[in-house]
Amino acid sequence: MTGAAKWAPLVLFILLGSALTYGLAKPESNTIKSKMVGVSVPSFTLPAAVPGVPGLSSSDLATGRPHLVNVFGSWCLPCMAEAPQLKQIADARVPVVGIAVRDKPEALQRFLGRYGNPFRAIGADDASQVMMAMGSSGVPESFVVDGQGRILQQQIGPINPEDVAGIVAAVKAAR
Amino acid sequence: MIAEAGLAALWLGAALCLLQLTAVALTVGGKAELAGIVRPVAVMQAALTALAFGLLIWLFVQVDLSVALVFENDSSEKPLLYRFAATWGNHEGSMLMWVTILGVAGAAVALLERKLEERTLLATLGGQAVIGLGFYAFLLFASNPFARLMPVPPEGRGLNPLLQDPGLAFHPPTLYLGYVGLSVAFSFAIGALVTRDVGPAFARAMRPWVLGAWIFLTLGITAGSYWAYYELGWGGWWFWDPVENASLMPWLAATALLHSVTVLATRDGLRAWTLMLAVVAFSMSMVGTFLVRSGVLTSVHAFAVDPKRGSFLLALLFLYIGGALALFGARVGTVREGARFDPISREAGLVANNLLLTAILGIVLVGTLYPLILEASTGTKLSVGPPYFNTAAGPLALILVAIMAAGPLLRWRRDNPKLLAKRVAPAAALALVAVVAVKLTAPSISILSLLGLALAAGLALASVAPLWKRNLLRTPLFVWGMVVAHLGIAVSIAGMACDSSFTAEKLVAARVGETVAVGPYNVTFDAVDPTFGPSWQALQATLLARRGDGDVLTLNPQARTYWAPPTETSETAIHTALDGQLYTVLGKQAADGRWQLRLWWKPFVTLIWAGGAMVAIGGALALIGRLWRARRKPQETRA
Amino acid sequence: MRRLLLALALVAAPVLADSDLPPAPLANTQLPDAKQEAEAKALMVTIRCLVCQGQSIADSDAELAGDMRAMVRERIAAGEKPDAIRAWLVQRYGSWVSYEPPFDRVTWALWVAPILFLVVGALIARTSFRRRRV
Repeated sequence: MTGAAKWAPLVLFILLGSALTYGLAKPESNTIKSKMVGVSVPSFTLPAAVPGVPGLSSSDLATGRPHLVNVFGSWCLPCMAEAPQLKQIADARVPVVGIAVRDKPEALQRFLGRYGNPFRAIGADDASQVMMAMGSSGVPESFVVDGQGRILQQQIGPINPEDVAGIVAAVKAAR
Repeated sequence: MIAEAGLAALWLGAALCLLQLTAVALTVGGKAELAGIVRPVAVMQAALTALAFGLLIWLFVQVDLSVALVFENDSSEKPLLYRFAATWGNHEGSMLMWVTILGVAGAAVALLERKLEERTLLATLGGQAVIGLGFYAFLLFASNPFARLMPVPPEGRGLNPLLQDPGLAFHPPTLYLGYVGLSVAFSFAIGALVTRDVGPAFARAMRPWVLGAWIFLTLGITAGSYWAYYELGWGGWWFWDPVENASLMPWLAATALLHSVTVLATRDGLRAWTLMLAVVAFSMSMVGTFLVRSGVLTSVHAFAVDPKRGSFLLALLFLYIGGALALFGARVGTVREGARFDPISREAGLVANNLLLTAILGIVLVGTLYPLILEASTGTKLSVGPPYFNTAAGPLALILVAIMAAGPLLRWRRDNPKLLAKRVAPAAALALVAVVAVKLTAPSISILSLLGLALAAGLALASVAPLWKRNLLRTPLFVWGMVVAHLGIAVSIAGMACDSSFTAEKLVAARVGETVAVGPYNVTFDAVDPTFGPSWQALQATLLARRGDGDVLTLNPQARTYWAPPTETSETAIHTALDGQLYTVLGKQAADGRWQLRLWWKPFVTLIWAGGAMVAIGGALALIGRLWRARRKPQETRA
Repeated sequence: MRRLLLALALVAAPVLADSDLPPAPLANTQLPDAKQEAEAKALMVTIRCLVCQGQSIADSDAELAGDMRAMVRERIAAGEKPDAIRAWLVQRYGSWVSYEPPFDRVTWALWVAPILFLVVGALIARTSFRRRRV
């Protein structure tokens, strides 16, 4: 074996080992971020999910006022956990709208009755179509949308109490 | 008491391993006083580790809930087979199995190996001891299987329902015998590099060990594929999942090693290649273990262990693989290179075989690790799956099949191209005919499957060609082994091509009483009834399948709910005919009362695993043949 | 160990996290046109399930996977090309959602590697051979 070639396996292994060390040091994250952040909300029209609360369409999000769009389901446990935070955000005069994924009107009414209703509108997304169109991969997720309908930031998972101030500020700062 | 005894046995085993290493180091260094104790110490070490493993099995079978591992993985409700197999259905237990096989392999070498020169054998046992120490340390300091749990809980968590299958009793042990069996080849290579004793005698000594490990690895992968096929309920048998790739990579290296060691044994060629492949094969086993247990890769099959254990394993990898490859670089220059050979010769064919297998190994490695490296360096998440692996490795595999067909027909050292063409012509002609025939009957078949079928036909004919005009009863067993193994590959590839091209799928929402046609079968959905088992309840469908005017077959797929831990699974019902399988699954009930049914007709799919079994049988024939011949003719210098 | 259970539970359909509604109609039934169904199936096996531990949407019992299958089938039935649907999904979730890695600035090495291995292999092979005596 020639001089250089006999060290090639060791060199290749050191490269491999470095790759593995790198990978171990910075592990894969399990969350899939939406790539629609910075882009306009895709156009959609969703019927009302509960009687008495209007449905939601993308044009409602481009009226000049920024919104917080919350993707949730009454069957989802972390959604129940974030309900107080959503109420807080709504109380801070932030327009909160909801997209109810794979939900039934009765279950949704029970949920809203139990945890309060911070939503100005709730669209029924029975086949997760709008959820997918927004690049969301599960519930609960929340999107800060500006007055022109552009998605500014995405919150994956429930909104924790410490996240509330940041979200309120983000919506208020948006045009 | 038993747990403490097991732990004590493990510590004693580790201590003996250290003694083994010390004795070898001293002997190789010049002080030969302790040379005599190396073999007995190796055997005792193996006995102690096996005792520890046996005690762990006992704890699982008896469901001793004061041991944390038993609590997490076992439950008294489980049948005996699953209590037994649960021992290795978890990280710590399977790691103990790894160390046990490592010790037993070393003891086997110490007891059975007679052909190797004494110094090289001792160096080999030293290599085993070095590997053993690292894994003992990992086990004792980071993965103690005997840790106690206080207060003692009333019932265990139970084994995951997907693992409650005879497959768990069979697949991991065979796979580990393969993975860890390759450590012997690794140690042989270390031994040879230390003593610079690389030649035909060394190769003939190493060959049975490589064959043995390779046979088990082949069986383990085949069994795992079939288990996934019938367990997961979607009819797939290979997903290029990181854990599956982790088992394929050692197999590719071991196959290359197997062929390389034959060149070394017969022609004293490919010395450096053989040594390197021996190191690479076990290195791939260790890399695979790291990938599966460190949590760096996402997979359905992974043991998710915390990154701290991953760091320990990574350190072992650097130590062992880095050390071995450094030794290789330092010493291989002094290993006299064997005879060179002609570009048209069997040696050349085997070199091409080695290179292609190594290239495929490289592709699988790159594809498996690329997402990891990319995310760590740029934060971009990427998925690399079947489209990449099939496109990148598929063509190389097909070229390999062609070489496999020609290889056994090539003469050693130097062959005449014209004569070779005459020998290969029948197989080539058959392949050509097959291309045309298949394309005419199935115009929309993919190119990969078409070539796969054609080359499989050619390979099938070519693999039996060495038997042509031979007295079959006087043909050496290892030639039979080669024939059967290569034929097995052809059979397996034919099965793969048929499954990917000719599978008929029916997904329906059916009412009770409806009939669905799938492939040549008419399947009538007769009933759905509740049923139950030792730790589950289920809805069982009764499907009546009929082929033309043949007999009516009953299939009973189930949708099961286990209660400890609460999980839903689907149990497939499969009917195996001579020309394929009818694969049925029961899904959920829709709002309108109809039931989701998934039905597949998979022609010739069983050939995939039948071929795998044939490959293993071929290996066994070759192993028996070699051992028998060595026993009968100990003076033979030519293989 | 818990993560293992969770991971396997996602494969085996967890009992607690189901939504209220049944699967979308086209999640588990095939398109009437066989050619379209084959196209849809070929696409589905290369789209990654977003909530699973490494499965395609064709092989998963998860609800979102079912909704994605339904979406794929609807669009194929409406005449959309598979590549367009893949691009739509990649636009929303990134390359991660497709099992077929693209050929771009960060992934070219992946696709070049096989060719590189072959070339290096051929060069190595040449050094082992002795010159043919004509």
